Amino acid sequence: MRGTAVTDAIPVTDAIAVSGLRKAFGPKAVLDGLDLAVPEGTIYALLGPNGAGKTTTVDVLSTLLPADAGEVRIAGHDLRREPDAVRAAIALTGQFSAVDTLLTGAENLRLMADLHHLGREEGRRRAAELLERFDLVDAADRPPVTYSGGMRRRLDLAMGLMARPRVVFLDEPTTGLDPRSRRAMWDVVRDLVADGVTILLTTQYLEEADSLADRIGVLDGGRLVAEGTADELKRLVPGSSVRLRFPDPAGLERAARALGAGTADPATLVLEVPGDGSVAALRALLDRLDDAGVEAADLTVHTPDLDDVFLALTGRPAPGEVPS
Amino acid sequence: MTTLGLTLTDSATMLRRNLRRAVRYPGLTVIVAALPIVFLLLFVYVFGGTLGAGLGDPSGGRAEYVTYVVPGILVLAITGGAQGTAIGIAMDMTEGIIARFRTMSIARASVLTGHVVGAVIQTLVGLALVVAVALLVGFRPDANALEWAAAVGVLTVTSFALSWLSVAMGLWTRTVEAASNLPMPLMLLPFFGSGFVPVESMPGWLRSFAEHQPFTPVNETLRGLLTGTAIGSSAVVAVAWCAGISLIGYLWARANYERRPAR
Repeated sequence: MRGTAVTDAIPVTDAIAVSGLRKAFGPKAVLDGLDLAVPEGTIYALLGPNGAGKTTTVDVLSTLLPADAGEVRIAGHDLRREPDAVRAAIALTGQFSAVDTLLTGAENLRLMADLHHLGREEGRRRAAELLERFDLVDAADRPPVTYSGGMRRRLDLAMGLMARPRVVFLDEPTTGLDPRSRRAMWDVVRDLVADGVTILLTTQYLEEADSLADRIGVLDGGRLVAEGTADELKRLVPGSSVRLRFPDPAGLERAARALGAGTADPATLVLEVPGDGSVAALRALLDRLDDAGVEAADLTVHTPDLDDVFLALTGRPAPGEVPS
Repeated sequence: MTTLGLTLTDSATMLRRNLRRAVRYPGLTVIVAALPIVFLLLFVYVFGGTLGAGLGDPSGGRAEYVTYVVPGILVLAITGGAQGTAIGIAMDMTEGIIARFRTMSIARASVLTGHVVGAVIQTLVGLALVVAVALLVGFRPDANALEWAAAVGVLTVTSFALSWLSVAMGLWTRTVEAASNLPMPLMLLPFFGSGFVPVESMPGWLRSFAEHQPFTPVNETLRGLLTGTAIGSSAVVAVAWCAGISLIGYLWARANYERRPAR
């Protein structure tokens, strides 16, 4: 039996609260009962292969698409009943550039200021401030067609931040960016959260989720198949292992006999021993090798990364590695 | 701010955006103005002598035909503007920024209103060019200031109505190419009216169509205001047509805008 809600706990406000979200395109269910809770001021990464429903989730939460069923509250507002209040609290930066290609960078920003009714003075001040912050001052009077991918993405995000949104949706914010631009974008995202903004980002890059997110949800087939911190998720896959390489086949054989466990590969002279990755277990292992009088040429400890998690949870290898 | 105030403010912002884009991308405006000017020259210098003789006035000829045909050319220019508007909004819909507008707390209709008002202004600029060329090739209107103002009014409401209709068409189609083809019948329609030849010269079945299609009362009103022919009930009928087309275009455009896929 489930206990009643704890009433004396300090309530944690969820900036994004989703329950039972469903969305189908024709007969194909893209979101199949999605539940999501993102506390204020944190980064949540939705990780999943193409077609898992990441973009559809962002489209529904940002009021672009109506949901078929489910409850959604963004910044305390009900998505269905108060869409305009939700829109006033959010910003969306998609994988497709949402800038006006015929206007200059500065004009794009001032357009946003006008649409937020900031007033001429304040609008110009804010635009200048954002150009400065996103390192676009030199490009301010050029149209975005002359920008690099990273600059365009920064302008896109800057436009979204004009009205100081409380919740920011980043749909694959670094897809197609070179590693340096990607890291610059990560820094921007971290700064936003430091200011108290809540971020929901979708990504195919495990590295990105690992390095940015407070919590990660693995989306597959329109629902979360796992959720937790990066460390919690890594604990879901069977443990770590120690890989020992030996200078000759005789050493490999002696070690395998002494340890009585692991898989030996005579071709590479490597012995892989499963373990829990703890220092104690490692010391015990080395002691036994010492007792047997075998010396390993080198040793590596392999701990599972999100790749392994992804493979274990979705039955597919990770779709794309960060190109570098 | 009131809802109406917000709608007006946001529409004005969107209008500024569209005008700025029109200045940056003048190709469309030039094409929209150039086509009726080509037609004007064609009808005056190629067909004008013969058609003018057919107008029945003993003094008839090219000079008289210029005066007769200019209102028709102006209406033709408005339909050309409508085609440009359909292309413009279809192109705009391919831009990611429209998805951004939809996620912002702004007056929903302002994107469309900005396009329509921008299109009307663009068309009026084009019309001014056409009138300038018409004056150069011998158009001699006898309108006073008030009649000119009324003529500009008629052109504005006609352009407004066709802009809503073409915005709806541009939203309804899925591609820019289709958006450029769909308003084609609109550009042919002025020829089946009183714009280029008197409807009395047409066979009976065509004549009854020509008399009752929307561009004929618009033409007759313009001709009456600019050159002093009888207007009769044409002005009222013209305004009624424009009001009806505006309303249908507006509702169709809103429905299409809401229904379009997000991005």
